[in-house]
Amino acid sequence: MQNDTKPLLSVRNLKTSFFQDEGTTKAVDGASFDVFPGKTLGIVGESGCGKSVTAQSILRIVDQPGRIVEGEIVLTRADGTETDLVKLKADGREIRSIRGGDIGLIFQEPMTSFSPVHTVGAQIIEAVMLHNAVSRKEARRRGIEALRSVGIPKPERRIDEYSFELSGGLRQRAMIAVALSCDPRLLIADEPTTALDVTTQAQILDLLRKIQQERGMAIMLITHNLGVVAEMADDVVVMYLGRVVEEGKVDDIFHDAKHPYTKALLQSIPSIDSTPRVKLPTISGSIPHPFNRPTGCPFHPRCVSFMPGRCDTEEPPLLSVGEGRTVSCFLYQ
Amino acid sequence: MTSRDAGPGRSVLLDVKGLKKYFPIRRGLLQKTVGHVKAVDDVSFFLNRGETLSLVGESGCGKTTTSRCILRAIAPSAGQVLLSDNGEVVDVATVPKSRLRSLRRQMQMIFQDPFSSLNPRMTLFDIVGEPLLVHGVGSVQERTDRVVELLSLVGLRPEYMRRYPHAFSGGQRQRIGIARALALNPRLVVADEPVSALDVSVQAQILNLLLDLQEKLGLTYLFVAHDLSVVKHISERVAVMYVGRIVETAPTEELFGSPRHPYTEALLSAVPKPNPRLRSERIVLQGEVADPANTPSGCHFHPRCQYAQAVCRERAPVQEEIAPNHFVSCHRATELSLRGVARSTS
Repeated sequence: MQNDTKPLLSVRNLKTSFFQDEGTTKAVDGASFDVFPGKTLGIVGESGCGKSVTAQSILRIVDQPGRIVEGEIVLTRADGTETDLVKLKADGREIRSIRGGDIGLIFQEPMTSFSPVHTVGAQIIEAVMLHNAVSRKEARRRGIEALRSVGIPKPERRIDEYSFELSGGLRQRAMIAVALSCDPRLLIADEPTTALDVTTQAQILDLLRKIQQERGMAIMLITHNLGVVAEMADDVVVMYLGRVVEEGKVDDIFHDAKHPYTKALLQSIPSIDSTPRVKLPTISGSIPHPFNRPTGCPFHPRCVSFMPGRCDTEEPPLLSVGEGRTVSCFLYQ
Repeated sequence: MTSRDAGPGRSVLLDVKGLKKYFPIRRGLLQKTVGHVKAVDDVSFFLNRGETLSLVGESGCGKTTTSRCILRAIAPSAGQVLLSDNGEVVDVATVPKSRLRSLRRQMQMIFQDPFSSLNPRMTLFDIVGEPLLVHGVGSVQERTDRVVELLSLVGLRPEYMRRYPHAFSGGQRQRIGIARALALNPRLVVADEPVSALDVSVQAQILNLLLDLQEKLGLTYLFVAHDLSVVKHISERVAVMYVGRIVETAPTEELFGSPRHPYTEALLSAVPKPNPRLRSERIVLQGEVADPANTPSGCHFHPRCQYAQAVCRERAPVQEEIAPNHFVSCHRATELSLRGVARSTS
């Protein structure tokens, strides 16, 4: 994308499939994108588009029976060396030092991502001690600092509470504190605000922005909410059924969308500044089941610009349509 | 207290007055009541025939409890739910159980989760035809005809009648739920978060369907939702709830364009707008939503309100009509000038 800076994380032609008795599900089917230091990359898509599996692939935590079939995930480490995460052993020492070290992760559901039988503090202290050679006392001090930095009131007391004693917003803040406790250079946030109310969501998004400014950390924000992406992202990747359909600067995606899917999606969402009770343009049909994946371009059965004989037989490649802009559609070939 | 000037040709279908629902908190061996969760605390609003009123608010504000009290799925602790039934006004909150069944034909519900609200062991015919069976409507043939009619009405093919819900996508299942709700020709449809479990590309289809059906069948909707964009799209009037109370009720454009309650202002500003050029300064509310078991004194919103004064801590504000059909419960409603959502020009 940009030539002046080197990407922190570069994903090339990533393919992750799930091998089940019923058949093979191509959850991610050739995704490529870059995450730059200090920037926010938004990955948008609806259910089944492979956005979460992409995140799991980067951290090498894809559940059985899934595995990465092809592709590269190149991470530039703090010392400037490059590591291809795909080549690492999924339970090896190196990936474990990257997980939670170089790359922090926030999940959607703050309730289930904490252990209910350990205090919040125990879980932060564990993460700190795993990645740093420090005493328990020092780890606790850092844990309290981490909780304070995400705006949790009375962190000295909260650190000894269990996750169920915290409200949804505080729990998500605690989750962010765990992810930040080892100073990651990349934070992967998988639907970080989906389970939260709008006013709490605003608090959490504000917090993420503030932390990014302070630490210059890169954020990979995975969400289905186009509003959140518009507010937060610098660059946007739009995914549909495991493929990247379009990529570009946030302003280009929202004001000059190229791919028919992106265009239709933007038109079909109800917006807070639209006129009430006017019918919305809709995308016909629904997202196909992954076993009945359409041939050719995966969006062709729902596409208004469908070209018979072309879109249903060939897979469109990612084409460059301007600086930092790619789109996967035959309309632009 | 309120003007019922709803425009020509409109009459009030539902009038909710002073509705309360307190859930007791029981502790100890003898299950002694130690307090109450004031889920709904003195809620009043009305609903005109053929209109859509949305109840919005964050989780735990009592919007779902309000809707369930209206259908008397749970019994309210106090207050009246006046439904006009063929010219006669009936209080659903106190009506004897024997009368309730016939009243329920007029009030139906659409649920949030299309996966758990349909019995996986029943075919579409059984699901959509069940309300008819329960109320003893028609013969088998008549019921079959009605199910065929209903399925086509919601955009499903009648041939699918013998299939089970698992064969359908989320959007199609929500259509099945809508067909079931319409089976008895209700007048009032309570839709509790009907699109929040659906993919964004499918939401628009269901919202359009609800608008279509309202036009065709003259339905009255009470729409319960947390997503303000969806609410803006579907409603004619909006009521905003905060910790068991309605803080503001107004026609949709007016509420979004010029809110008069500080909570409405904060709620509107918190919604992320799908336009990167509008990255505005947001009002980020401090603290958390109050606990309905231990509500703040005075106005429930005062601990988080940037405009709060001494009076807000001491006295609960009374609902006032500050413009036609615009009701606000705020001591400072007339003096504050609050920011709404600008209409997009693009």
